[in-house]
Amino acid sequence: MPQLPGLIKGLGVTARTAGRTLFPKRGWKTIIPAPQKGAVTVQYPHEKEAPPDRARGVIALHEENCTACMLCSRSCPDWCIYIEGHKVKAPPRRAGGKPRTVNMIDRFDIDYALCMYCGICVDVCPFDALFWTPEYEYSEPRIADLLHDKDRLGEWMDTVPDFLDYEAGSEQKVRKVPR
Amino acid sequence: MSLLALPYWQETAIKLGLALVVIPTASLILVYLFLFKMMAFMQSRLGPNDTGPYGSLQLVAEAIKFLQKEDIHPAQADRRVFRMAPVVVLASTFLLYVVLPAGPDAVVQNLDTGVFYAMAVSSLSVLGILMAGWASANKYALLGGLRAAGQLIAYELPLILAVMGVVIQAETLNLQGIVEAQATGEIFGFGAIGNPFILTQFLAFLIFMISAQAELTQTPFDMPVAETELVGGFHVEYTGFRFLLFFMAEFGTAFAFSALAAVMFLGGWWIPGFDVDDNVLNILGPGVMLAKILLIAFFIFWVRFTYPRLREDQLQKFAWKVLIPLALGNIVLTGIFKVVF
Amino acid sequence: MTATSDREQMAYVSAQAADARINVELDTGDMTLNIGPQHPATHGTLRIAARLDGEQVIAAEPIMGYMHRGYEKLCEVRTYPQCTTLINRIDWLGSFANEVPFILAAERLMGVEAPPRAQWIRTILFELSRIANLSLFLGDMGVQVGALTPVFFAFRDRERVLNQIEEVTGGRFHPNFDRIGGLKDDIPKGWVDETRSVMVKMRTFCDEMEDLLVGNEIFQARCRGVGVIPADMALGYGLSGANLRASGIDWDLRRDANPGLAWDQIDWRVWTHPDGDSFARYWVRLQETREATRMVDQLLDGIPSGPIMAKVPRIIKVPAGEAYISTENPLGEMGYYVVSKGDLGPFRVKIRTPSFNNISVVPWVMKGVYVPDVITILGSLYFILGDIDR
Repeated sequence: MPQLPGLIKGLGVTARTAGRTLFPKRGWKTIIPAPQKGAVTVQYPHEKEAPPDRARGVIALHEENCTACMLCSRSCPDWCIYIEGHKVKAPPRRAGGKPRTVNMIDRFDIDYALCMYCGICVDVCPFDALFWTPEYEYSEPRIADLLHDKDRLGEWMDTVPDFLDYEAGSEQKVRKVPR
Repeated sequence: MSLLALPYWQETAIKLGLALVVIPTASLILVYLFLFKMMAFMQSRLGPNDTGPYGSLQLVAEAIKFLQKEDIHPAQADRRVFRMAPVVVLASTFLLYVVLPAGPDAVVQNLDTGVFYAMAVSSLSVLGILMAGWASANKYALLGGLRAAGQLIAYELPLILAVMGVVIQAETLNLQGIVEAQATGEIFGFGAIGNPFILTQFLAFLIFMISAQAELTQTPFDMPVAETELVGGFHVEYTGFRFLLFFMAEFGTAFAFSALAAVMFLGGWWIPGFDVDDNVLNILGPGVMLAKILLIAFFIFWVRFTYPRLREDQLQKFAWKVLIPLALGNIVLTGIFKVVF
Repeated sequence: MTATSDREQMAYVSAQAADARINVELDTGDMTLNIGPQHPATHGTLRIAARLDGEQVIAAEPIMGYMHRGYEKLCEVRTYPQCTTLINRIDWLGSFANEVPFILAAERLMGVEAPPRAQWIRTILFELSRIANLSLFLGDMGVQVGALTPVFFAFRDRERVLNQIEEVTGGRFHPNFDRIGGLKDDIPKGWVDETRSVMVKMRTFCDEMEDLLVGNEIFQARCRGVGVIPADMALGYGLSGANLRASGIDWDLRRDANPGLAWDQIDWRVWTHPDGDSFARYWVRLQETREATRMVDQLLDGIPSGPIMAKVPRIIKVPAGEAYISTENPLGEMGYYVVSKGDLGPFRVKIRTPSFNNISVVPWVMKGVYVPDVITILGSLYFILGDIDR
């Protein structure tokens, strides 16, 4: 077979792509142009892109589990987590036992203007208090508003997806999200 | 001859008004159809689709944006030349439209030397580009301007030589005459579709299209602009309205050259089955012309979105070593056939 | 010396002076053209100070450091897990590949070895980031020589690969997924099949690039014979990766010095090209992208089962010692020389990045080329600013 000149082949590639974008439908419907379907782009404000469940969008805080142990704050590479807490006496677990000392958090702020989304805080948390959620729409006109306090971080908890099952051959255990 | 017997000044005013409407509309159509939509589809995306139905008002929005921008002169620029340059480029585009026919009478001025005039005014834009490149006081702009000058001069020649073949065959320099010659022509005694010169002058058509691509600084030959090396070339320092003028001139000229190609090679405004001076063609002619222009512009832009760009020296070699000899050979062949038949 | 009259001498001198004057008047002088730091062809803030005679480059000097972020120093005041977040940002297009040699160096110092499943998944992600990185090059080179469309195809199809990386690691660009002793998490269900279909699409992308650019006569005219780096020069300047292989040297760290990843267990080949010009560099990278998709296919078939993490303490202290590990990253040889004094963080990290060495050949290769060729050569050498300045 004789070789087509590369110039013509190139024209073919662009024309084919244009055709696929304009007429993505199969069968007799091919004649109906439907670029909305054929284009690979997501028309953002009108339709939302769905990031994968593991996407690191924003950090959610499950306040009941947090003990203000400061591990996340200390392991953060750019020190964007601010925690303040105080100790309170809680009723004993068993009747007649000693009253326990529990850390209550007064302040748990994450400054998303500084955060670099590395996920180390979520990893180091030993009490399952921090979770990633794939939400991404929380930009603010004022940079100071990017500092999310513990109520705001707690609201994100509703958007945390369940942990995914693993591929065959894995020995990892699927963790549970506390609800 | 004229459809309406109007005083000279009224006729002129109407034609001027029409031209003022046609040129921005022409660049608008080209930009929207090809630069916005076709390019987007070729790249698996949608293009602008929020402003107006299917994003068709995007360019209007862009124009308004350009008008709002501050008019910046570089400190070292030669101010007067800097300001004049886009006007000169746009003037060349406007002057081109004077001779483009869209019907037996639908032409601003039916010049007997139409082809000659069109070629002459189209090369005027080189002057504007050189002015822009020089006056910007920017090394990239200077390089772009010099490249543009070298390139446009090199490609003017094959362009004119390619047109010569058509002129010889039609025996006239008048663009209306060329349309008539195609309409009344016959292919081996078969005259129903006339004789569009693309059939007999296919080589000239190819050379014309390639040179027009270079003349319009479209992609395989867009070294004067060359976004990735000269960052925009001669118009790198222009903002706002002055940039809009360059932009409009670029696409206005693309439209005009497509129209020239349509007139000279595709039979112009004539529709098979009508007399050449039928008044109906004054109404239908513009539509036919538009369809043919869009067809040709489609090829121009298709090539533009597909190919990489050549280097300046390769382009000069291509012009002088390939295109000009081919065009000369075409003239000789046309001449021989003209004499023999 | 023959005796001459004053008049003759004066005439001689004035004639010489006139000649000199003409020479001075006709001398056009050089023009210095600053390509960068803000120029679309420099992918960031590289500056090339080029002395031009007309459009010909007499001398070109790359000036770097506009984006220096001091990562070697920053690593000294961070713990090992924190370092990987910085290392992600060195070559930001193939981030996962950056983490691997650093983690491997730390593992060697600690004397741990990641379990086989972790090694395989590491290798898969490594090759995926190579595909993501190189596919962008394949399109970007088109833009450098003036073609608009290839880069959009590249972004379109790279997105699919990035999605696969994101589905596992959670990060598109900065995965931060590698841990000392293994990986952060296992791969989710259904990922293997999705990745297979993405690899098919990437091979179509490679075919499209072949038709759009490699086969295109204009592209060949622009790239063939431009920026030829002969083999001895390439070795002398310390080039690595595809730039070296395009000069005809069969050298690939994945095969020659495999630090324990799964490359030796699959069937693949190293592509070389004898020419050493810009076209050869493009061609080699195109073949490497194709080869990487085939490698990923094979790797997906053979993921062993087992744990994902070796036994490592929760707070990582690396024993004192020194280790240098380099791997074949998308851009070339990337190595980390880690010195530890037994602390939570490294005492000193020396980062050997491929782009820094690859760009050092610029003054030599850019003598006598035209301005458009500067862009072609820069594009085909393929550097990433973060990788040069780090």
